[in-house]
Amino acid sequence: MGEGAARPGGGAPGRTAAEHSGGPAVPDPRTVEHAVARGCVACRAGRVDADGYCENCGHAQPSERDHMERALDTVAAVSDRGLRHHRNEDSFAVARAVLPDGSPATVAIVCDGVSSATRPDEASAAAAATACETLTAALPRGAHPQTAMHEAIVAAAKAVDALADGGGDGAREHEPHRHQNAPACTLVGAVVAGGLLVVGWVGDSRAYWVPDDRGAPAARLTEDDSWAAQMVAAGLMGEAEAYADERAHAITGWLGADSYELDPHTAAFKPDRPGVVVVCTDGLWNYAEGTDEMARVLPADAGARPLHSARVLVGHALDGGGHDNVTVALLPFAVPPAGAGSA
Amino acid sequence: MANFSKSSVPRFAVEVYQNEYLPEGGQEVNAIVTVTSTGGGTSGGIPLTGAGSSPASLPVPEARAPGAAVVIMVDCSGSMDYPPTKMRNARDATAAAVSTLRDGTAFAVVAGTHVAQEVYPGGGGLAVADERTRGEARQALRRLSAGGGTAISTWLKLTDRLLGASDAPIRHAILLTDGRNEHEGADELRDALDACDGRFTCDARGVGTDWEVKEVTQIASALLGSADIVADPGGLAADFTRMMADAMGKEVADVALRLWTPVGTEVLFVKQVAPVMEDLTARRTEAGPRAGDYPTGSWGDESRDYHVCVRVPAAGLGREMLAARVSLVLPDPSGAAGAAEVLSQGLVRAVWTDDMAASTSINPQVAHYTGQAELAEVIQQGLDARKLGDFDGATAKLGRAVQLAAVSGNGDTAKLLAKVVDVVDASTGTVRLKAKVAEADEMTLETRSTKTVRVKDINR
Repeated sequence: MGEGAARPGGGAPGRTAAEHSGGPAVPDPRTVEHAVARGCVACRAGRVDADGYCENCGHAQPSERDHMERALDTVAAVSDRGLRHHRNEDSFAVARAVLPDGSPATVAIVCDGVSSATRPDEASAAAAATACETLTAALPRGAHPQTAMHEAIVAAAKAVDALADGGGDGAREHEPHRHQNAPACTLVGAVVAGGLLVVGWVGDSRAYWVPDDRGAPAARLTEDDSWAAQMVAAGLMGEAEAYADERAHAITGWLGADSYELDPHTAAFKPDRPGVVVVCTDGLWNYAEGTDEMARVLPADAGARPLHSARVLVGHALDGGGHDNVTVALLPFAVPPAGAGSA
Repeated sequence: MANFSKSSVPRFAVEVYQNEYLPEGGQEVNAIVTVTSTGGGTSGGIPLTGAGSSPASLPVPEARAPGAAVVIMVDCSGSMDYPPTKMRNARDATAAAVSTLRDGTAFAVVAGTHVAQEVYPGGGGLAVADERTRGEARQALRRLSAGGGTAISTWLKLTDRLLGASDAPIRHAILLTDGRNEHEGADELRDALDACDGRFTCDARGVGTDWEVKEVTQIASALLGSADIVADPGGLAADFTRMMADAMGKEVADVALRLWTPVGTEVLFVKQVAPVMEDLTARRTEAGPRAGDYPTGSWGDESRDYHVCVRVPAAGLGREMLAARVSLVLPDPSGAAGAAEVLSQGLVRAVWTDDMAASTSINPQVAHYTGQAELAEVIQQGLDARKLGDFDGATAKLGRAVQLAAVSGNGDTAKLLAKVVDVVDASTGTVRLKAKVAEADEMTLETRSTKTVRVKDINR
């Protein structure tokens, strides 16, 4: 990880932010920098100006989005800029809600900004936040999780559309050649509620199911909106051939103003055993594409230590080259005790 | 529409056009910086639409007179009498320019020969323009007659003394010559220009065809004004009127383009690229740590483009840095570099990526002005080669110029080139030198070789 070590943002999982609960003894370097010195992390000689660049060496300072972590009791998520991209265009949101019967529900949304569009980072942040808010508002009202997921994706799409109308700030003026291109992103989300597992997605971000008992088969829960997936689905190419094509990753569905027809996909499952839902962007699954591979890199105790395991998965992508932003959310799924939730 | 409440200083806007993406190890960063000032000048930022526009919607210029001082230098050397219409046209043109002076503007007229003489008002001072003084000046112009030599440095020194007596923020001059600066050495002119640098701006005009293009363009470049040829003396009055109207439209003087670059960064060049090509690289004055000021003169309602090229230290893939900060500044009158007022600024960035499509694309603005710079250069080289009798060299350079003018949509320059060469095929740059070229056409091409067009003009 030589490259990662030289990077100011520090992508190495585990050496940055604290768990949600108790913080470690060493303070997070990014927090310190924002609160106090504003010294340059690249040359260590200059101060950081109002635009976020060093007054001495000019280098951009790590942004808070370069590495983000969040953990609740029943879900954890980690997002990292990776080693090759200059900013993190992925985003995520996690939340808990309480169903009308008092049982808990957990929500995770992961979005990947489309780099060839303008302001992809704003698109992914708006989509993740909006989808998560929509779900946490709908679930306590008794909405069916699958219906709520569908509506959350529609709401997220509207939020991304709105970005194209309202002018953005900062990034926009730096990219005048991209003005014509409206912001866009993918979305994948999962809800665990009342013994039900619901996923929803648009684009090529994915959800995987990995049972705690690794003897049982893992499964991919989403179908990419991508060129390769369409070729395979249409029977025009074999999987290996399609994914080897340079067009493989061209996405055919996304949220954003350039998308002429929004087609949110949702699916509901009733797992019969405990496991972990892996919700991630292609920055991770490119380094663990098959379900077996994903099951192999996911730590065996992922159900008990979701934040640690999310860090391990991000580390796996970085060790593999970190060519893209990497984001993963892990939702442990426990089978409800017999009788519960079956009313 | 809240244009009435603005101050007399125009608002400056800076836009940066660049491809910030560099390949691994890439170091050279190019950007076109468009600077637009609005809210000052004659139109108050509102496009003048002529008939139909409500007078009430236009600001009254006199209400916020910026305080301008103008000196007109008229060549009165003996050659101005050959033909006699030249002197008469120069008198008429100066009279027309005087009539254009806004009330309250300080002004003077200087007659230039091997010495400089005050024509109006005299006594080492400036008159304040009103109906009476404009009339007196026109009367005084009638006394102008031709006789003597040409020593332009003396004209500039007198003009500097006269303008120095005024505290007007906008200090401008107009210089008209018809002959070579032959009664003094090139050093004397250069020294005088150095001495006047930053003290006033000056438009320079050559009338007829017996003057030296490089002398006139040298004066205009050094003093941040425009240069042009008025081959037919009959066109002088219209040209003088337009120049004076431009001068009256200036609202803020001594604006500098400030370039901050990070440590280890080399400034390869800073050029004004529109409306006219002007290399400013060598005119930098240091302005604090890693910052330098490049002079831009005075501004009215207008827009100019600058090409900034810097070499930054390479950084790793995924890194981003600020390659340059470009700002328009108004220096503090007391001269302290740090106290300058920043009117507007833009950021030039560098981002290293392994995305080949991103790092290999050239920004259209940068490509366009790189072509315009080459166009001005090959015209100059082609004309120089032609003068030296190197016809093959001239054909090659002017052929390339024809090609560049065609692809960039610079129609005015293409027309001027077509008077010097026969164009066989513009797209390949195939040309033949014309056997006979009118001197005025060649001088017009040389004087106007630095005029550029903007990218958006092509798409219209």
